[in-house]
Amino acid sequence: MDKKIFDMGPIDIAWCPGCGDYGILNAVKQTMAELEIPPEKFVIVSGIGQAAKLPHYIRSNFFNGLHGRSIPPATAIKATNPDLVVIAESGDGDIYGEGGNHFIHAMRRNPDITVIVHDNMVYGLTKGQASPTSREGFKTPVQVEGVILKPFNPIAVSIANGASFVARASITDIPGTVKILKQAIQHKGFSIVDLFQPCVTFNKLNTYQWFRENSYYLEDSYDPHDRIEALKRAFEEDKFPLGVFYVEERKTFEESNMAYEVDKTPLYKRDVDLKKLSNLVESMKKG
Amino acid sequence: MELKDDVSVVLCGEAGQGIQTVERFLTRVLKFDGFNVYATKEYMSRVRGGFNSTEIRVSSKNIKSFVSKIDILVTLKKGSIQHLKDRLSKDTLILSEKENAEDDYPFVEMPFTQIATEIGDKIFSNVVAVGSISAILNVDFETIESYLREFFARKGDEIVNKNIEAARKGYDLGLNLVKTGKIKVSIKKDDAVKNDLIFDGATAIGLGALAGGCNFISSYPMTPSTGILTFLSEHAKEFGIVAEQAEDEISAINMAIGAWYAGSRAMVTTAGGGFALMVEGMSLAGMIESPLVVNLGQRPAPATGLPTRTEQGDLLFALYSGHGEFPKILLAPGTLEDAFYLTQKAFYFADKFQVPVIILSDQYLVDSYYNVKNLDLPKNQPQKFVVETTKDYKRYALSKNGISPRGIPGGEGLVDVDSDEHDESGHITEDLDLRVRMVDKRLKKFDSIKAEIIPPELIGSPKYDTIVVGWGSTYPAIRESIEKIGDKSMAFLYFKQVYPLHPDTKRYLQSAKKRIIVENNATSQFGHVVKAETGIDFDVKILKYNGMPFSVEELVSRLKESR
Repeated sequence: MDKKIFDMGPIDIAWCPGCGDYGILNAVKQTMAELEIPPEKFVIVSGIGQAAKLPHYIRSNFFNGLHGRSIPPATAIKATNPDLVVIAESGDGDIYGEGGNHFIHAMRRNPDITVIVHDNMVYGLTKGQASPTSREGFKTPVQVEGVILKPFNPIAVSIANGASFVARASITDIPGTVKILKQAIQHKGFSIVDLFQPCVTFNKLNTYQWFRENSYYLEDSYDPHDRIEALKRAFEEDKFPLGVFYVEERKTFEESNMAYEVDKTPLYKRDVDLKKLSNLVESMKKG
Repeated sequence: MELKDDVSVVLCGEAGQGIQTVERFLTRVLKFDGFNVYATKEYMSRVRGGFNSTEIRVSSKNIKSFVSKIDILVTLKKGSIQHLKDRLSKDTLILSEKENAEDDYPFVEMPFTQIATEIGDKIFSNVVAVGSISAILNVDFETIESYLREFFARKGDEIVNKNIEAARKGYDLGLNLVKTGKIKVSIKKDDAVKNDLIFDGATAIGLGALAGGCNFISSYPMTPSTGILTFLSEHAKEFGIVAEQAEDEISAINMAIGAWYAGSRAMVTTAGGGFALMVEGMSLAGMIESPLVVNLGQRPAPATGLPTRTEQGDLLFALYSGHGEFPKILLAPGTLEDAFYLTQKAFYFADKFQVPVIILSDQYLVDSYYNVKNLDLPKNQPQKFVVETTKDYKRYALSKNGISPRGIPGGEGLVDVDSDEHDESGHITEDLDLRVRMVDKRLKKFDSIKAEIIPPELIGSPKYDTIVVGWGSTYPAIRESIEKIGDKSMAFLYFKQVYPLHPDTKRYLQSAKKRIIVENNATSQFGHVVKAETGIDFDVKILKYNGMPFSVEELVSRLKESR
């Protein structure tokens, strides 16, 4: 499939020149093209922030909801229509901060969705404050003497908390990112891809060069089925490993849901069983 | 003592002692025997201990409201009498074990526990009590026996027989009171009642949701709305419903909106505190024009308030929920039947107008039981308003009535929705002229909504001098009170849709010489809505906000004073 199918034509894009988001947009289009998933067959759910504007720049079904709230609708969309490919994407502040509770509980549910987090270690749209992944000491207009909070470790949290596919990519390598995104989407279950992306305007510390110098790919011999080993690698932060940390085959939320136990018809196609309703009401005679 | 036509039996004990079991058994047994029955409970926010009580009202007529009088009190714990002393009179017959009785309160000793222990376990004491009360109320023992036989069938013959023995011994005890002239109750039985339905408000809402085509519920447990989540979860497999306990209310409402987006018919159920977390989601539904059904079970607030009690304190909160300006619909059932029909209707409204619909129930409604003749079940599938999309589909196509055909993803077209202001295709925009057109489009839906407002019901003569206005769960108590007063110049106007208001509202109020409003809150919130919409104020506001519902006696007296 030619990735041009996803082009929006001449539109005004709200990202700064040189922003890592352009690379992510490009990688997502390339991924969908290589997986032969046309615009009508997938939904991108996003929250709020510069990252969350991505669905406006790619032909697709999209649900651009509230800040921090991309994962709950994504879970429900997949449960309603399991035939759709569902991607939730937003920034690190959105998914790890505002939406942190959804993030940690959705992975326990294991819906078959892919969560892509643009991780630039800073807040962009609100102009440069610290994000959950900002490094200690990072100075901002709010954290004036530097960040004193420990950075959030999305990879370790995801591995420890039941995510069935955990990966990190860096947009400094688009082909490498496409390879990881493809696996994430193809994985049946909750996939999280923490995607390094430089913010050229508000983060002068974690630049293209910094991400290149401070990351490396997990070696070919690495086995992503060993959870303890995966956790060990997740704690490496002097140089960040890239690649697939952890994979687990597990029943998805949709597969194990009672609603689909007897009948596989997607919810949106279902009718009310009026006979059963009548029987249920009849049973109320007995109380 | 002789009681005719209407008896209130109250059982009081501690949480975890099995009062709910007694309530369950008695309400069923009474109905099976042909009695009109009503039950409601008041309870403390705890799992064990404290004082909980259940009122079971038995009557020659169909009754749906709470009375404060207690004709027969059954105490299951020391202190029950103190807990309920304001509702006792010299005529109250207190049935109690010796150790649960109190000085200055004459009682008839009922050795429930002793009998139960003789049968083999004090656990049977509740069934002994059921037997005694049934005998006093003149229930045929066979009715009790066949109920217990069926209820305990799965537990084996021994359990069945022991329960029947316990009921029998309790029944004989009760019969003895009747024979010795301690009490005589005469209430008319009606064979037709045997075929009535019996359920509570939570079940009524759950059944209404099923009839409305609900196939997705995401919620966080919170009293008094948990029963609706439980009901739909219990029937999830049978009806093919996704029933999910979300990590918080924010997730719950965002899931529900996502579910509608993809083609489900979703609802959330919560109470005021949980709804507070949902209001951003309300606003999202308003902006992306998503259908949504919310059951807001009210309880006394602010904050955690009185978690297990009742109040109508969230009307204005619901009305103004969600930042920004967008249409919504508020419904407020007053009876179990209305709880069913309005919940069903909520799905129709939500889907047709693409707006959030809030059902304002409360602890009183949700926890009340009574026998209901029947429910008018849908003959056909619920009407659905989802369209097939074509290649050029635009989710927010500007239309004459403001309603854009709603497609779902998976068809030929792309379905794009955005919480930002957006253009017709759903893409983010800062075109300020377009912003105005989009606001106008969303608000224009009010016109279509107004054409289908559920009118208020006038109960009583249309030639009234005094009009009494009520909404939601106060309906049965107001109605029964006005009937008791018997003043033909007083009529009752019952609102089951509290927003937007029906255009006849003004005319109804203008025709009255005196206007009284009755609300289970401290500030007359519906009075504010009525005044804002009609300019008309009420002469008298009868308000109650101690966490309890209005009793018939109290309303009779306050309405008489207000005439």
